[in-house]
Amino acid sequence: MQKEKLKGNPMSNNSSDRKINDFVITFGTVNGSGSATANTTIMRALFQMGIPVSGKNIFPSNIQGLPTWYTLRLSKDGYLARVEEDDIVIAMNPSTIRKELESLVPGGVLFYPDDLKFDLTREDIVLYPMPVKKIIKDSDVTPTLRDYVANMVYVGVLCQMIGIKLEMIESALNFHFKNKEKPVSINMNIINMAANWAKENLIKTDRYWVEPMKNTQGCIMSDGNTAGALGSLFGGLQFCAWYPITPASSLAETIHEFIPVLRKDNETGEESVVIVQAEDELAAIGMTVGAGWGGLRALTSTSGPGLSLMTEYLGLAYYSEVPVVIWDVQRVGPSTGLPTRTAQCDLTFVYFLGHGDTNSIILLPGSVNECFEFGWKALDIAERLQSPVFVLSDLDLGMNEWITPKFNYPNLPIDRGKILWEEDFQKMLDANGGSFGRYNDVDGDNIPYRTVVGNQHPKAAYFTRGTGHDRFANYSEDGEVWMQGMERLKRKYEHSVEFTPTPELDDNHNRVGIITSGSAYFPVIEARDILKNKGLNVDLLRIRALPIHDQVKDFIKSHDYCYVVELNRDGQLQQIISLSIPDKATNLISISKMDGFPLTAKWIVNEVLKKEEVDHGTN
Amino acid sequence: MALIDSRLSNINQIGLTRNDYKGAPSTLCQGCGHNSISSQIVAACYEMNIKPEKVVKFSGIGCSSKSPTYFLNRSFGFNGLHGRMPSLALGALFADNSMEGIGVSGDGDTASIGMGQFKHLARRNTPMVYIVENNGVYGLTKGQFSATAEEGLELKKQGVNTYLPVDICMEALVTNASFVARGFAGDPKQLKNLLKAAIAHNGLAVLDIISPCVTFHNKENSFHSYQWGKEHEVQLHDITFVPARDEITIEDFEPGSSKEVTMHDGSLILLKKLDKDYDPTSRIEALKVLEDAAHNNILLTGLLFVDPEAKTLFDRYHLPKTPLNRLKPDQIRPKKDKMDEINKLLFLNE
Repeated sequence: MQKEKLKGNPMSNNSSDRKINDFVITFGTVNGSGSATANTTIMRALFQMGIPVSGKNIFPSNIQGLPTWYTLRLSKDGYLARVEEDDIVIAMNPSTIRKELESLVPGGVLFYPDDLKFDLTREDIVLYPMPVKKIIKDSDVTPTLRDYVANMVYVGVLCQMIGIKLEMIESALNFHFKNKEKPVSINMNIINMAANWAKENLIKTDRYWVEPMKNTQGCIMSDGNTAGALGSLFGGLQFCAWYPITPASSLAETIHEFIPVLRKDNETGEESVVIVQAEDELAAIGMTVGAGWGGLRALTSTSGPGLSLMTEYLGLAYYSEVPVVIWDVQRVGPSTGLPTRTAQCDLTFVYFLGHGDTNSIILLPGSVNECFEFGWKALDIAERLQSPVFVLSDLDLGMNEWITPKFNYPNLPIDRGKILWEEDFQKMLDANGGSFGRYNDVDGDNIPYRTVVGNQHPKAAYFTRGTGHDRFANYSEDGEVWMQGMERLKRKYEHSVEFTPTPELDDNHNRVGIITSGSAYFPVIEARDILKNKGLNVDLLRIRALPIHDQVKDFIKSHDYCYVVELNRDGQLQQIISLSIPDKATNLISISKMDGFPLTAKWIVNEVLKKEEVDHGTN
Repeated sequence: MALIDSRLSNINQIGLTRNDYKGAPSTLCQGCGHNSISSQIVAACYEMNIKPEKVVKFSGIGCSSKSPTYFLNRSFGFNGLHGRMPSLALGALFADNSMEGIGVSGDGDTASIGMGQFKHLARRNTPMVYIVENNGVYGLTKGQFSATAEEGLELKKQGVNTYLPVDICMEALVTNASFVARGFAGDPKQLKNLLKAAIAHNGLAVLDIISPCVTFHNKENSFHSYQWGKEHEVQLHDITFVPARDEITIEDFEPGSSKEVTMHDGSLILLKKLDKDYDPTSRIEALKVLEDAAHNNILLTGLLFVDPEAKTLFDRYHLPKTPLNRLKPDQIRPKKDKMDEINKLLFLNE
C-alpha cells in the first residue's frame, strides 16, 4: 500500500536533479522527548562523513511538552548560517505539522509516523510514513525506554533514504555514550530495524542525497559555551561564581565539569580553580569582584537579566580598577524577553554599563573557535588593564553545536599584569622614593601597580572603595582629584585597543562595505557571496572588540558607505560606531532586526538590495 | 623563652605596638558606638598577636561600613556595595584562605538589602568575623528607621515605626551560622572577649553589637540607646577568652560554675555561670533565650551559640596549600598535551 501510495509522485529521481550535501533537514519534536541524542548523532555522522553541517536548536522555555525544532543544514560550500526553508522535515509532533508543511520547499520531503493524522495541504512534496510504533513494538526494548528510543526510528529511516552510512551512526553513538555497549546496541538495534524496513518498503522518489566529502578535517564539534569554558580553564582561570540562567548556564557547568580533567593535581587532589554557584547574580558578581581584587583570575557568566543585576558592582570594579571577566551569552530582551531565543541586543547596554561616566571593554567572538581563544585572552586583558572585560556571545553561538577548527593551545604566556609581590614591590618602592600609590601612574601608561591580599610587605596594603579616592587610595572629595582619576581611566580605556583583538578584514577595495560582529558574521559571509553573484561586490569587516580600532575607521573612510548588519532592533553596533566616527556616521546604513532567530543570508541580501535601490539607486 | 605579657608591656608577642594596629582618625560622631567597637578590634588583634598583614577587612555601605578605615591600617580592605559585602568577602578570601577576614556591616546594610547575602554567607560557613554595628537607624542618610528598629519607636522626622524588628542573631541561628553572639558597645570588656572568640572561630562568626547612634537615635527609652542598654543588659555568662598558648588557670572558677568551649585552634572560651546554666552549643536553647529576652524586655548579651567544628566553606573545596593567588602561571595553565585530549573529546576529525 505504501508503494502504491507513493507511485505517481511528482518528483523524478534522475541523477541530474540530485541535491547532494546541500539541503536542510528539520526535526519537529516535543520538548523533553529525548530527541537531542538522535539529532546530535545524525549531525556527528554527517560531520564524520566530511560534510560541513550546522545544527540549530529552536526550543521553548519549558522542560517537557512544548514543541521544539532542530535544524541541520548540510552545505558543501561550508555555509553555516540559518536558512529559512526546509528541504526535509521529520514531523514527530502532531501539533506543529501544519507549520512544518508550510516550511517545505517544492519537492521537499516529509517523514512522519504513520499514525499521525493531519491534513495534507501540499501536493508538491514527497511523503515517507514511518511505522514508528510497530518497529518499537517488534523490538525487544523495555517499555520504560520506548519513548526515548522511538526517535531512533527516524534516524534509521532517514539514513536509509538519504544515504548516511550506518557505521557512521554507530561511531557517533559510541562517542555519545562513551563506548558503553548497552545503550549503543539498544539504539543501533532500532536504527537497523528502521533502516531495513525503509529499504524494503519505501521507494526513493526525492532528490536529496549525502555523499562523503573531505571538508571537516581538522575540525571539532562544540558549542560556544563549552569553548568559552575550556578557553578560560586554559587561560588560568582561578575563580568562577555564577547563577543559573538560560542561555549561559552551560558555560559555568562546563567549567565545573572540566576542573577535574584540566585543573586537578592527580597526586594531591588539589584544584587550582574554584567554582561557586551563588545565590543570585548580585552575589555572583560580588564574589567575582572580590576574587579579582584578591588576585585571582576571575569570571562570571550570565545573560541580559543577570547582567542588569550585576551592573552596580561592575561600576565599582570599573572605578576601583578590579580585573574581572564577564561572559554575557545574549538572549532576547528587554525584560525576561524570549529566554531561549538568540540576539545581539546587549551591545549598547554593556558599552555604557553603569551610572556615571563609564566605558566597557568588550570582546565579540565570531565563532566557537574564537570563544575558546577569547576565553583565555579575556583573562589576560582584564588583568593587564585592571578592568572588567566583557565577552558578548549569544545563544546561537553559545548553545548550538557548530563545526569549528580545532582549538589551539594559547600562543602567548599568561599575562598577570602589574601585580607586585613582596620582592618586586620593594624594588618598585626603591625606584619611586619609597611610596606606593595604588592609583599612581608611575609608568605613564595609565596602568598603576597593584598589590593583593596576602602580600606581607607592611606598605603593600591599601583600602579599596567606590567613593572618591586619590592616587594613594585615600578617601577624597576633591573635584580636581576626581577629575584626574577619571581622565586617567578614560585614557586607559582608549589605549585598551593595544591589547584587544583587531577586526577581521576582507577588503578588496570595493565601494561598499559590510560591517558586522559575532555570530552575524556567518550569514553575512554567505550574503556577500550571493550579492557578488548578483553583481554587487562588497568588502567585509568583522569587529572583534570595543572600543573600535582605527582599522574600523579606516574601513569606513575608504568605502562610499557601509552596511552594519546585526541582530537587534535598534542597530546598536551602528550606534556605537557612529559615536566613534561622527563625521562619517551618515555613511553607515543599519541592517538589523530581532525576531529571536539567527539572521539569514537571504534576508540580508534582500535588505541590502532594497536599500541599494532606494538610497543608492544609481548602483 | 619567657613570654611577654602583652597586658603589661607596650609591645605584643610579635613585636608590634598598639600603634601598628591603628587606623585613620574616625570621622564618625563623637560618642558613636562604632568607635568603641573599632577600639576593641584594635585591642583584640593586638592582644591576640595577629599580624595586621594577615587580616583583610570588608564592609558594605553606611556609617558602620566606614569604620574599617579606623582600624588596622596595615591590612587590605575593601568597602563594597550596600548589603553585598558578604559576596565580596567570600571571593576575596578564596584568594588566600590563610587570611583572617573581618567584615563590618550595619543593621541597614545587613537586615535589609543585605539579608540574602548575609544568610548565604552563614549557610556556607565562610570563615570570617561578621560584625553588625546595630543601632536601629540609618545614620548617613540622617535618621530613618532601619529593619531592626522596634515597633512603636518614635523618631523626629519619621514618626512612629509600625513594623516589627528583625533580630539578626535569630536570623543567623536559623540559617545555620556556626557562631552567634550579641554584644553591646557600652560593655567593652565583654565585647573584647567576644571579638577574640569570634576571631578564633574557624567559620562564620556573627557578632551583632548594639551600638547606639548618639545623633539620631539615643533616646533613653529605646532599645538601641546607651542608657536603655546599660539598664537592661543581662549577660548570659561572664566570658573569658584564653589563647591557645596560655596555660589555663581556672582556680578562679569554682568547679561546675563554668563551661569551657575548645575552639578549633586550641584556644578556650570560658563561660562563667551567672544567673542560670546556659549551654552555647544548643541552637534551640539560643533561640529560646532570645525569645525570652524579647518578651522580658532585656538586652541579652554573650555567646549565644557556637559549633567550633562545623564544616567550613574551605572544607568543601580542594584548595592547594599555597594560597590560590600565589600560584605560578605554569600551575594554572594545563599542559599542551591536554589540548589534544580536549580536541579528541570534541570529536576531532583528524
